[in-house]
Amino acid sequence: MEDMSEYPLELSGDNVPMVRFMNVTKSYGELVVLDKLDLDIAAGEMVTVIGPSGSGKTTVLRMLMTLETINGGVICVDGQPLTHMPKGGVLVPADARHLRKIRASIGMCFQHFNLFPHMTALQNCMEGPVQVLGLSKQAARERSEELLDLVGMIDKKDQHPSRLSGGQQQRVAIARALAMRPKVMLFDEVTSALDPEVIGEVTNVIRKLVSEHNLTMLMVTHQMGFARDISDRICFFFGGRIEEQGPPDELFANPQRDRTRQFLSAVKEAV
Amino acid sequence: MSYWEFLQTYGVRILDGTAVTGIQFLFASAVAIAVALIAGLGKLSSNLLIRSIAITYIEIFRGTSLLVQLYWIFFVLPLFGITLPKFAAGFLSVGMNVGAYGAELVRGAIQSVPKGQWEAALALNMSPAQRMRRVILPQAFLLMLPPWGNLIIELLKGTALVSLISVADLMFQSKQINASTYLSAQSFGTALIVYYILARFLVTPFMRWLERVMARRLGRG
Ligand SMILES: Nc1ncnc2c1ncn2[C@@H]1O[C@H](COP(=O)(O)OP(=O)(O)O)[C@@H](O)[C@H]1O
Ligand SMILES: [Mg+2]
Repeated sequence: MEDMSEYPLELSGDNVPMVRFMNVTKSYGELVVLDKLDLDIAAGEMVTVIGPSGSGKTTVLRMLMTLETINGGVICVDGQPLTHMPKGGVLVPADARHLRKIRASIGMCFQHFNLFPHMTALQNCMEGPVQVLGLSKQAARERSEELLDLVGMIDKKDQHPSRLSGGQQQRVAIARALAMRPKVMLFDEVTSALDPEVIGEVTNVIRKLVSEHNLTMLMVTHQMGFARDISDRICFFFGGRIEEQGPPDELFANPQRDRTRQFLSAVKEAV
Repeated sequence: MSYWEFLQTYGVRILDGTAVTGIQFLFASAVAIAVALIAGLGKLSSNLLIRSIAITYIEIFRGTSLLVQLYWIFFVLPLFGITLPKFAAGFLSVGMNVGAYGAELVRGAIQSVPKGQWEAALALNMSPAQRMRRVILPQAFLLMLPPWGNLIIELLKGTALVSLISVADLMFQSKQINASTYLSAQSFGTALIVYYILARFLVTPFMRWLERVMARRLGRG
């Protein structure tokens, strides 16, 4: 058992990050996927995670979305512990209620969109606001239509996902996540399942979010050019650890570590 | 006696029996669907007690014969102080029996909804109940409709057994007519035809229609 008294009950001070991973470990049986990860993401920051397949990128996002439990350490969101909660002066593993409260700050988009097939685009967007946030149908509809407009999908709002292309589905999925008004948005390879010609319509939406909204974003992508354009910081993952991180221009132009160099040149060759 | 005369003489009783079979069928279907949903969800519960009860029910009712269950409910339960009228004992037995098979369909369908659907619903911060009710069950419902169509036909055929505890259904009337007339071919031949018509021209088209309606509602029409 880990000594939880070493962790603060909440983060305070001037520079509280929007997301903080403290010493976070994740393993599946014998396989250690993430090893004592420390990572801060500032409010409004756009951080992109790159790295070879199996290096733990998706796992980082899934832990933050609470789709995976962690085996050690603490994750904090907006100063509050997410994976744990204070009880009797120490942190104990979070119960369902606490998870639900803190999870409200986080939204996620998936590689395979995962839209609800039995709902139209608009219904997909309204579902969370009505069922979870308790908004009136009217208010949820207005909010959803605004967001579908933002992602350029207002014309297709009454279509079911089966009638939409991959790029269109992914844009609806982004609107659906935004309708919950998260503080942190997670994007896990949201263009990897798309045909090359529609990747742009999704990346343009994300560009728009970066320039016009003060969201904190954590993104996994294999599109190095896109990552370089819009990120504040790049984290290169290797074997469950951050091998190297820094501003995109530095990391791409002048990588410090051999593994980063190897990865970047391998990616460049693939393009 | 020509078949026409046979029908003129006994047609009313056959119709009475058919009506009873129809009502047994509707009640038993309602029971089957309700217990299938409860037991199917129960088998997926994280609560060990609920799961054990669901598994025990499913095992017992799938692992023993419907006729024995019918006799148990009608003849043995009264020894424990639970006496049911034969009509209720009839549709309850058939419904509970078919419901045990239905529970496996419910469980299977829920489990074959892609994992990504659960995850997307969780990412929207939906509660476990909301995830099940709003996201998983509507999709599972569409997946399990075709096998339910077969099961409901089995249920219709199964209702013939309630004649053995003297519920006056189609089979019971046919047996009575046969006993007093010895016109076996006419009595049981008519029953055969009526069961076939019910299954083939009422139940099956209804299930097909339901599949089409649901598919359209779920945007797959
Ligand atoms: N549910 C799981 N069970 C066992 N191993 C898993 C599971 N999910 C992921 N892994 C393993 O964890 C490692 C990291 O996976 P992942 O975070 O998906 O990597 P990436 O997104 O960087 O490709 C991989 O070796 C993967 O096989
Ligand atoms: Mg991945």
